[in-house]
Formats: sequence, C-alpha cells, structure tokens
Amino acid sequence: MIEDVIFHSDSEAETDRFARWCAAGVPAGLTFALTGDLGSGKTHFVRGFCAGLGVRPADVTSPTFVLMQLYRGTMYTVCHFDTYRLGDPDEFLALGAEEYLEDPNCVCVIEWADRVESLLPSDHVRLSIRATGPTQRQITMTPGGPQSHLLVESVRRAANG
Amino acid sequence: MNRRHLLAIESSCDETASAVIRDDGKILSSIVASQDQLHAEFGGVVPEIASRAHVTRIVPVLSSALDAAGISRTDLAAVAVTSEPGLVGSLLVGLTAAKTLAMCLDIPLVTVNHIEAHVYACGLDEQGPIFPCVGFVVSGGHTSLYDCVSAVDFRLIGGTTDDAAGEAFDKVARILGLPYPGGPSVAAAAESGNPRAFDMPRPMLKNPGLDFSFSGLKTAVLYAARGVPGPEQLSETPVDRVPDLAASFQAAVVDVLVQKARRALKQTRHRRLCVGGGVAANRHLRDQLTAMAQQENIELRIAPLKYCTDNAAMAAIAWEYLRAGRTADLDADVLPGLVRRRSPHATSASPGSS
Repeated sequence: MIEDVIFHSDSEAETDRFARWCAAGVPAGLTFALTGDLGSGKTHFVRGFCAGLGVRPADVTSPTFVLMQLYRGTMYTVCHFDTYRLGDPDEFLALGAEEYLEDPNCVCVIEWADRVESLLPSDHVRLSIRATGPTQRQITMTPGGPQSHLLVESVRRAANG
Repeated sequence: MNRRHLLAIESSCDETASAVIRDDGKILSSIVASQDQLHAEFGGVVPEIASRAHVTRIVPVLSSALDAAGISRTDLAAVAVTSEPGLVGSLLVGLTAAKTLAMCLDIPLVTVNHIEAHVYACGLDEQGPIFPCVGFVVSGGHTSLYDCVSAVDFRLIGGTTDDAAGEAFDKVARILGLPYPGGPSVAAAAESGNPRAFDMPRPMLKNPGLDFSFSGLKTAVLYAARGVPGPEQLSETPVDRVPDLAASFQAAVVDVLVQKARRALKQTRHRRLCVGGGVAANRHLRDQLTAMAQQENIELRIAPLKYCTDNAAMAAIAWEYLRAGRTADLDADVLPGLVRRRSPHATSASPGSS
C-alpha cells in the first residue's frame, strides 16, 4: 500500500521548499495533477517547482488565459496547463495536451486537474492543496504508479530529513 | 489590379478573426467568428477554445472578410497575422493560413504582436495619431505598460507577475458566485456596492516599479468574502456581501491600474495614454483614467469598444510595419505564452521542442 505524503506549510517560503523537493526528484515525462480551490496557491507551487527545474520564477505566471505555457528548464521542458476555462475534457485534447503528456522529455503540471481526470496518465502525482489558515496550506501528495511512487518517497525523505 | 488592401488574421486565443484594411487605414471589414452572422455556417455552437476550432473556422472567416470588403484575393497587397503572444496551436492556425496566402499570392507576410495591436486600436477609425504614447493593455491575459515611441518601437516597461487584471475579475466573479465573464458581472454587482466597505490591498502600489500583481488581491477577496481558511470558513459567499465586495475589489484593481499608468506617464514623459484590451470596457476604470488624465493634463485615448476585445482590425498596425520594411519570412514562427518584461524569449519553446 502506497502512502500519501502530507505536508503542512506555514508560509509561501515553506511551500517553495516543498516544491523544490518535488522538482529535485522528478523523472522526465512525469505529470503533476494539481487540485485546490481558488487562492489555495497552485500557481505559487508551480513557480517554486519550475524554479527547481531551472526556470526563472518570474517567467511563471498564471496560464488561465492562454491555457498552456511552455518553459525551458535546465533538463526538461515544463508544460504548465490550466484547465480552469475549459468546458470539457475534449477541449483539453484539442489543445494538443496528449502530445505533451506523452513527451518523455516534458514534465507536465496541470492546474485544476480534476476537470480532466479521465485523460491523465495513470502514473501521475496528485497534489491536493488545501488552505488551513491565512498562510497555512496542507499539501497532500499521492502517487499513481511506480515512477510517481519513487518521487513521493524521495519527497518524504526530504521532508523527514 | 488595385493592390491597396491588407488582409489581417487573428487567432491568438478564442476568437478567429479577419479584417481588410485599406492603405489609408480605413477598415473595410472586420469579422470575428463569435459574431452571430457566422454561427449558421458552423451549424451551432462552436467549441469556445482550441486550435481545432480555429481550423474549421479560419477559411469561412477569411472569405467573409474579403466578401464584406467587396474585394478579391488579387486585390491584396500583403497578409498580416498575429504571431505572438497567445496559445501555441491557435496562433499556428492563423500563421499557417497567412503563410499559405502570402506564398500563393506572392505578397509580403507581416507578423504582428497582438498586445501592441491592442494599443494601436486606439487610433483606428480615423481617430488621429497616437504616437508617441504610453500604451496600456488591460485584458484577460495581459496587464502591460509600453513606452511607445512609434508603431515600430514599443518597449515593455511593466507587466503582471502573476494573474492579469481581467483574470482577477473572472476569478473574483467565481468567488462571489457571479457569472463568467467576470468583467461585466463584477462591474454590475459593484454598482450598488460601497467601494470602501472592505479594505482591500493595493498590490505593488508601494513598489516603485511598473509591475502588477493581482493574485494576492484575489485571495484577499476570498478571505473577506468567506473568512480565513479553517473550520469557520464559509463554502459560499453570502449574497448580501456581494455588492460591497465587488465594489471594493473593483476599486482596488482600478486604483492600482490608474496609479501605475500615471507613474508610467511620468517616467516616460509622454503626454498621451492609449488604453486597449477587454478591461478597458470597464466604466469605473474609464472614469478614473479620465479623472487622472485631467489632473495630469495628458491626452487619454481608449480604444473604441468594438476594438477592445480581440479582433483583426487592430492589425492595421501592419501597414506601418510594411512602410518601415518590417516584413516576415515564410519560415516565421509563433511566440506563444504571455508577454513578459524580464526575459521575453524565455518561454519561446516551440511546440514539440524540448
């Protein structure tokens, strides 16, 4: 039985630290599925995650309007999706999302991933962010298969270390 | 043959649009695919977004633009197309169509920056010259300030570090239980609200630069509406709070936009402010900008309402590019993503590249 990692963050800086642990162990081709309410800090997490992959944090902004942004990291291309404005999963496919989800050199991060649940690769990392106070966040990380399990374990070690 | 016409194509996001602009700047036609007259051609509702929708819409839209202008393809002097910024797949559809036309008709291709075209919209319909000016584009995707010396010399001097202003309206609408799009629905709710009822932050106003940040304001509205996260937080915003919250939020956004525009005018020493983009339709923003322009004794130009939202007519700027010799090669690529000041090319990864 694979266990979730539950991380309690007290500040944006701590969330950044957590995001960097995620980036440090991420294998090529993995998909991150982010869920959480408006204002929970999904884009903030992505900025920290991208920083860990060598993308300038200032280049990471909300892709709500353009639906998808590509960033060039040191080793991988990061594909940042936001399905907030999409009507149904077919529109996600119409974006050409599969191309990126299946690209072995691309790490995909999807905000509002619950809207495209059926299209996610089975071995993805689920990150659920929940606000528990003005600056406090509970981040639950769940692996969906062997690759994401390895990442979740490495984040667990970092969090406990 | 009478090659005095420019065909413009815009497909950077949701709308498939085309326009015909004569060399004297007169807009002979401007077609946007979401307009009613085209719905019949597609047999009902079109998927709002997605490049595949552009593929099915582009040819009818181009034909409609030519027909409405009463010209044929052989009357065209050049083809202009939005190549940045926007959605990768959507941009590619327009660019491919433009390249095909340019090649088949053996006429120049001109690539246009969508955000710069939004500023240029302030001068459409013979409203007179707009340069030099501070260009200000406030839309769902952008909150960008430009130092505009001429049509071919735009310098980005400020932008958002997270959410765009229009995006903040959409998200706050959702928090308040108001319909999409959030611009008009939040403005309508604000009509009966007290803008001082809630003390909202004015993000980045104390910061000396020209950058914006609206993500924190969105969160502040959420907390004011439903309480801070925890067991006490409400799952929905009480209806009786909505007008005051909408008014307080709108006042904060407009305050920041107006003060940053004022600062940009001082910094560049331009005497004219040209505002475009969908949020420029907001009446409170228009009123406050007008008041600021009077105080500062500068000329305020706001794009006509029909050219605030996405359209191809504003690609009339391409005539100025042509006169300056700025044409594109047939292997021109798109530059997707959003405009950014610090490193404009950092996100130019092409589709499929890695």
